[in-house]
Amino acid sequence: MSAIIRIEHLTRVFDVSKPWLNRVIERLPKALLTAVSDVSFEIEENSVYALVGESGSGKSTIGKIVVGLVPPSDGHVKIEGVDLATETDRDKVEAVRADIQMIFQDPYASLNPRWRVREVINEPVSAKGGDVTGLAEKLLEQVGLSAKDAAKYPHEFSGGQRQRICIARALASGPKIIVCDEPTSALDVSVQAQVLNLMSDLRKELGLTYLFISHDLTVVQHMADKIGVLYLGRLVEEAPRDRLFDAPKHPYTQMLFAAAPRMDGFGREVEPPKGEIPDAINPPTGCAFHPRCPIAVDRCSKERPEMRKIGDTRVACHLAE
Amino acid sequence: MTDTPVLSVRNLVVEIPTRHGVLRPVDNVSYDIQAGEILGVVGESGAGKSMTGNAVVGLLDSPARITSGEVLLSGQPIQNLRGEALRRLRGKKMGMIFQDPLTSLNPLLTIGDQLTETIQEHLKVGQTEAQERAIAALEEVGIPAARSRIDSYPHEFSGGMRQRVVIALALCAEPDLVIADEPTTALDVSVQAQIVALLKRLCRDRGVAVMLVTHDMGVIAEAADRVAVMYAGRLAELGPVREVITAAHHPYTAGLMASTPLASQGKERLRQIPGAMPRLGNLPDGCAFHPRCDYAQDSCRANPGPTLDTCDGRAACWFPLNIKEKSEVGA
Repeated sequence: MSAIIRIEHLTRVFDVSKPWLNRVIERLPKALLTAVSDVSFEIEENSVYALVGESGSGKSTIGKIVVGLVPPSDGHVKIEGVDLATETDRDKVEAVRADIQMIFQDPYASLNPRWRVREVINEPVSAKGGDVTGLAEKLLEQVGLSAKDAAKYPHEFSGGQRQRICIARALASGPKIIVCDEPTSALDVSVQAQVLNLMSDLRKELGLTYLFISHDLTVVQHMADKIGVLYLGRLVEEAPRDRLFDAPKHPYTQMLFAAAPRMDGFGREVEPPKGEIPDAINPPTGCAFHPRCPIAVDRCSKERPEMRKIGDTRVACHLAE
Repeated sequence: MTDTPVLSVRNLVVEIPTRHGVLRPVDNVSYDIQAGEILGVVGESGAGKSMTGNAVVGLLDSPARITSGEVLLSGQPIQNLRGEALRRLRGKKMGMIFQDPLTSLNPLLTIGDQLTETIQEHLKVGQTEAQERAIAALEEVGIPAARSRIDSYPHEFSGGMRQRVVIALALCAEPDLVIADEPTTALDVSVQAQIVALLKRLCRDRGVAVMLVTHDMGVIAEAADRVAVMYAGRLAELGPVREVITAAHHPYTAGLMASTPLASQGKERLRQIPGAMPRLGNLPDGCAFHPRCDYAQDSCRANPGPTLDTCDGRAACWFPLNIKEKSEVGA
């Protein structure tokens, strides 16, 4: 299998400074927020790569950069060998863009309430002048709704059904890659199960590749083949699913797993993790996790750890072994 | 236990009159919470879990109202209290923690002002004493350097710290009952673990009765002593948390547990419950769950639907699962 998406040293910095007049009067420096910092990974064709992390870890920003909604500040995203941000050959760019689609978190906000479902689903194809005869009906049946639903409006559907419509829209252009940004976080568990099952089925039928972004470790454990753990915009650990859950190497991953509630944890008393995610505008020096890390040594506060390979795992920690 | 439960809800019915008839978001719900106990309330959106909590504290939005049943706080009926009498009870006897910590704090007042106001409202103490108590309350919920942060505004705190402030606010007048409505849903995993640990500790140390409303089964398993499962406004199952999660009697509970990714680890597909919860205006006859139930039989479609009493008070189901010996209770 070959890598369909290759992300190299990806960095994204947002300027979150006050307006310049305020800066002059109040003598404030420019405030730069590094949402993604030097992240590199590859996604194999027909696999599910999951990014997990807490809020502010940069997982959604990476998803947006991959689909081209946000340009990177530095580094490259190569999809099928083409870098959308720098490629000048328009035909190549168009071809790759049709291969990548996105599903968003909130199915209430991501469907235009004034459009019929048919228009919503057909748009990715009709906008490029493609043939849409019967397309919406076929896709609706594929995602478990009925062809009749094409004439309805989004408000006539429940949250789970709307997310199915979003999936149908994502499938319309016949993509190879779908970026899913928290696709089930807004759904109830029984509906979440239906949507996750549908996504697994579609992946098998259509040979899709998913970049699956979630904060829910249990969902990730169910869906992903390979998982990258993000902390403050940095990839701290990456490993195949079972390897990661059996033997997490990075102290942050270990902390995250210990903190996650468990169905068999009746009356479990654990020492909850200390502290919170630091400010991304002034991240700690060296390893971003060192102020909360139980095993941090001097070196951790001075030197940013490089990604090292230990077996199947890649980990950014000086001490992990 | 012969003690009077801190909260006792008896056959509570909440109704909302609409143009298309009367809806019942809470239908004949009964449960008790003892001092020092955490009762978890789970269910999907629209199951009536928040509505039950709001009915208890008298925060129902008009036109929703309690039409029958009783809410007893330490044995005293409170469902008919209005205005001033209810206001004295809230905060003093009952504390509330809501999902979104930003909207439950006043952004224009410092957290110290908000805490001392609540303390002075309910306890007869002076300004200095109230200030000291406010600092103590903040320290108890784990806010570092409480003395220097008491003059901060809510926006100066992070999400997890804000939720701690809300908890301090709920507890500062030393209530007997705390209603926590999705207290950790808006928070990250590591912060969620901190807040759950905090709630458990306060419940144990202070003997507060807690009603913990959430849709996260993992949180329920770890925090609650007993759990109530709601479906379409009715109690589907009520029992000790370990038994309900490992050996559910109601098919809905069993389906709900099985459809969490936690329970299906290593399986190719998640178990799913077909269909969706019915709308309140369009409830099926008999047991509200029967159209989605694998075990439904003719009697499930017949009115009246099953109640908790049909299965040793544990599950509202005619054909409960996981029963080892047939119960002797006849018709």
